[in-house]
This record gives sequence, structure tokens and C-alpha cells, in this order.
Amino acid sequence: MLSRSWRRSPGDVVLKAVIAVVMLVIVIVTLYPFWYIFVASFSDPREVVRTSGIMIWFKGFDLYAYREVLNYRLIWIAYRNTLVYLFFGLIVNMTMTVLAAYAFSRKNVIGSGVMMKLVVFTMFFSGGMIPNYIIVDSLGLTNTMWSQFVPYAINTYNLIILRTAFQAIPDSIEEAAIIDGASPAQLMVRIVLPLALPSIMVIGLYYTEEIWNSYFRGLLYLRSDQKYSLQMVLRMILDTSHTGQSDQAFVNTNIDRTVKYASIIVSTLPVLMVYPFIQRYFVQGVMIGSIKG
Amino acid sequence: MRNRKRDVSDAPTASPARRRDWRAYFARTWFIYLIFLIVLIWYGIFRYAPMYGVQIAFRRYTPSAGIWNSRWVGLKNFERFFTSAYFTRVFRNTIVMNLLNLIFAFPAPIVFALMLNEIRHSAVKRSIQTISYLPHFISMVVLTGIMHDFLNDTGTITTLLNRVFGLPRKVWLNDVNAYRTIYILSDIWKDLGWSAIIYLAALSNVDTDLYDAAEIDGCGSIRKIIYVTLPGIAPTIIILLILRIGSMLSLGVEKTLLLYNPNTWEVSDIISSFVYRRGFGIDGRADYSFSTAVDLFNAVVNLCLLTLANIVARRFSETSLW
Repeated sequence: MLSRSWRRSPGDVVLKAVIAVVMLVIVIVTLYPFWYIFVASFSDPREVVRTSGIMIWFKGFDLYAYREVLNYRLIWIAYRNTLVYLFFGLIVNMTMTVLAAYAFSRKNVIGSGVMMKLVVFTMFFSGGMIPNYIIVDSLGLTNTMWSQFVPYAINTYNLIILRTAFQAIPDSIEEAAIIDGASPAQLMVRIVLPLALPSIMVIGLYYTEEIWNSYFRGLLYLRSDQKYSLQMVLRMILDTSHTGQSDQAFVNTNIDRTVKYASIIVSTLPVLMVYPFIQRYFVQGVMIGSIKG
Repeated sequence: MRNRKRDVSDAPTASPARRRDWRAYFARTWFIYLIFLIVLIWYGIFRYAPMYGVQIAFRRYTPSAGIWNSRWVGLKNFERFFTSAYFTRVFRNTIVMNLLNLIFAFPAPIVFALMLNEIRHSAVKRSIQTISYLPHFISMVVLTGIMHDFLNDTGTITTLLNRVFGLPRKVWLNDVNAYRTIYILSDIWKDLGWSAIIYLAALSNVDTDLYDAAEIDGCGSIRKIIYVTLPGIAPTIIILLILRIGSMLSLGVEKTLLLYNPNTWEVSDIISSFVYRRGFGIDGRADYSFSTAVDLFNAVVNLCLLTLANIVARRFSETSLW
């Protein structure tokens, strides 16, 4: 131990110091925006204006912003919509992706290779925004909840991650099940899916995040604000960017700032609450994906 | 993406297939083909039908005539795009933004992962890592909302810049000269920790014996990074680089739409945001055909870049996508 530290060159010490400082800066820069928005949303709106963006602790506890958000009907409609899209979306996403991944993970199936090529090709080339829109529109999906998940039923990256996970299950286990007389469907439901459950959960989390945070698909396909997703309504609240107006309007805008913060908190809180518990599964997903290379 | 071909004897029920006993083969596989049928239908409708629809780029699309019956105009839409003033603007912005991203945002997680890897205290390392993922999970709407607020004339960042560097209080997102910096820095902020995960995984696979050997040879931390660590994670870097280049022109449409405004179009308008505006008539008449032509140009350039990156990677290293 002594000899090791004795051998440390001055370069090593400088490196350690640099790393410590950089890490500290990264941690502060990452956390401060979250903290600021949290404390400011509970603070006195006038104080938020006065401190112009720098706030370490609550200044005058005030629930004004949350009352405003609570009284804003549209955000709750949007909340409900997103939950509905999430519920049906997850069913569609998971059914399609799991089935497809399972089929592609089977060996000795004639035509499987060609099918996979067709699927992978779509990762590198797509018809583009407008042809996609025309197709979805011609199916009559525009401004329906179906537009929010049917065209997005399979994410090809997720499909490949799941396929890799299914392939990793030892053949011997599956063979034993087949000898015991399991039908192809039974093999999938009773053997493969339970064994790959952690990976399936990870993919479920990916889709949950995708739907919860989705904005563009709503922008493309939803027309009536009664069907808007949470992110779309959130955008409506956050987008009231006013520049250069009278003093009175200026003050009002800045009072609205706490309302913006509160709506960010309300819409992001579910994510932030479950985050500490699920982040390691997300990380797992990246790992599964990386093995594929 | 390659499938390992196993010997047929792996699966006991597969051997009848070899004896051309198709009945046994389909008894085993009918379920798989049923799934393939569903998959084929979905990909056919939502991925391949739009590719077929791309032909409206060569037509003058009218909704009443539909994709097939609209008048054929050849390359006219492309001509219009290439000769318009927008072409240089959106093409230049797309390239510049992506190059900046490649130069600054792509290496940032690598450097971050290398630094984290030097931290021996595992609890500290884990905490920093967990914190660093956090921004990845907030939505683009929230991210850009925070940015609009922080970069407002009374926002957090504006105030800091004002107090520390004496820069004027203004709406920074209206500033043509600041837009690109803001865009790239926020990219880094959002995905620094998340993108580092894959490198950290690769780092943990580097053979520890090599570090010991390097230490005996008298290498300090920095030289160990250069001679052991970097070569160890090079394949990962190359694969991600190829993928990144392959998706170059398609990135960032959501973020751009949420972040830009007409004041900054000169530097912020990229091909995909232009496609969106033109396609849906956000600033004027909706022009499906013209917009699709622009998008197709984008997709083709994209595919070429991907192929090129892959060829280069195969030539100069052992790692490639295909």
C-alpha cells in the first residue's frame, strides 16, 4: 500500500483533483434545475420574480401555483388521456414486440432470416413523415387514441433487445419442455416468457417512458384538445413565452412562472418517484442491447 | 445482426424437416408463421406502405387523387427544393448541428465514463452515476420548457451569466449566435450519464491484467488510459459512432420544433423541422409532395452516410455493423 502511493506521480494527483472537480460540477449542474423548479414551485411567486432564477431554498411557502394547476381542467383530461394511451399502448406494444421477438428467436425456421432483414431495414430507411401521416390518416386513425400507439406498436430496437434475451435461454430447457409434450404456444407462455421476464419488464419500462414522454406523435395525429396527451398540454402551458411587454404583463408572466414549475412537477413527479427504484432495470436494458453490438 | 446457424440436430423435432416431412415441420412452426404473418402485416402497413408512398415525392399529390393517381411530375419537387433559398439554409444547419454534436456531444460521455472509471470509491461512483441518468428521463417538452425559462431575460442561466461574466440580460434563445451552443450543451446535459452506461459496461470488461502489466511497465493513470483503456473500448466507440452517423440527419426534430422560433431559423431550422412545417403547412400552404421530396433526400443522404461509415469502419478496424 505504502509503495503504491509512493509511486504515484504528480500527474496522477492532478488527474484525481481534476476528476473530483469535474464530477462535482456535473452533479450540481444536473441536480440544480430539478431542485430549483421544486422549491420555486412552492414559493411565493413574487419572490421567484425577485430572485430571477437563483433559489436554494423555499421563499415564502405558497400553494398558489398548485391551486392554479389543480383548477386547470385540461391538464387533468390530458393526464387521464395519457394514462389511457399508456394502458392500451402497453398492451399493444408488449403483445406485438414479445410475439415478434419470440418468433425471431426460434432457430431452424425457414424464411426467418429474410423476415429479419425486412425488419432491420426499417431501422435505416423510412418513408418519412408525410407518407407515414398519409397512411395513418387513410386508415382513419387521425385524432383517435389508436394513432398514439398502433403506428408505434413495435420499436425495432426493443424487438432486437428482446430477441437477444430470448436467444440467451439455454436450448436444453426448451428441449426438455418439447419432449414433455409442450405445444409451440405452451413453450412460449410457460417456458420462454417466464425465463426472460426481467428483460420483458425492461422493454415494458422503455415503452412506458416512450408513451409518457411522447409529444411529437400527438402533434402529428391529435386534433382536439380533449384528446391531447399530457406532454401536449404541458407544452401549451410552458410555451407562453412572452417577450417585451408592459410592466403589468411582465409581472403576470412571472407569476405564471410558478404555475409552469408546478405543472412540470405534477407531470414529471410520477417519473421521478419511481426513478430510483427502476433506473437499474433501464441500465440492464442498455446492457442487453450492447451485447448484441 | 447475424444469426448463428446451429446444426439441425440441435432441435430434435427439426430433423423431419430434412426428410422433407413438412407436416412435422409445420406442426412445430405453425405458431411462428402465424406470428410472422402478424408482424408482416404490421410492418407492411406502418413501415413499408409509407415507403411505397414516397413516390408522391415525384408527383403532385392531391388528397382526392391519392398516392397512385396524382399527376407524375418527375424531379420537379427536388428541383424546387435545390433551387430554393431554403436548401442551403436547412442543409447547412443540419450538417453543422450534427457535426457539432459529433465533435462535442459524442465524446462527452466517453470522457465522463473514463473519469468515472478512475474513481475507486464505489459508493461515490454509483451515486454520481445514478444522478447522471436523471435528466434522460424527463421529456423533451419539459427539457425545452426549462430551457426557455432558464434562458429567459430573468432566467437562472441568464442571471448567472449576467452576474459572473457581466453578459446582458436577454432572451438567449432568440440569439442567433447562441442557439447552437445552447442546443449542443443541452444535448450533453440530457444524455451524458445515460450514454456513458454503455461505455462503462465496456470498461468493466477490459482485462485487469493489462492494467497491472502497464503499471509494472511504469505507466501512470493517464498513460494507462491511453494505452489500455481506450483500445479496450474502441470497438464499442466505433459501433456507436457508425450508428450515430447513420442517424445523423434524422435526429432532433422534436427538440428543434420545441426550441426554435422564427428569430433563429437562420441557424436553427434543420431539414426535418422544415419538412414538418412545409408538410403540414405551419407557415403557409401544406405541400405534401414537396415536403416528402425533401424528406426523401434526407433519408437517402442518411443511408449513404451510414453505408460510408460502415465501409470506413470495416476498412480500418475489425468492427462494423455488417
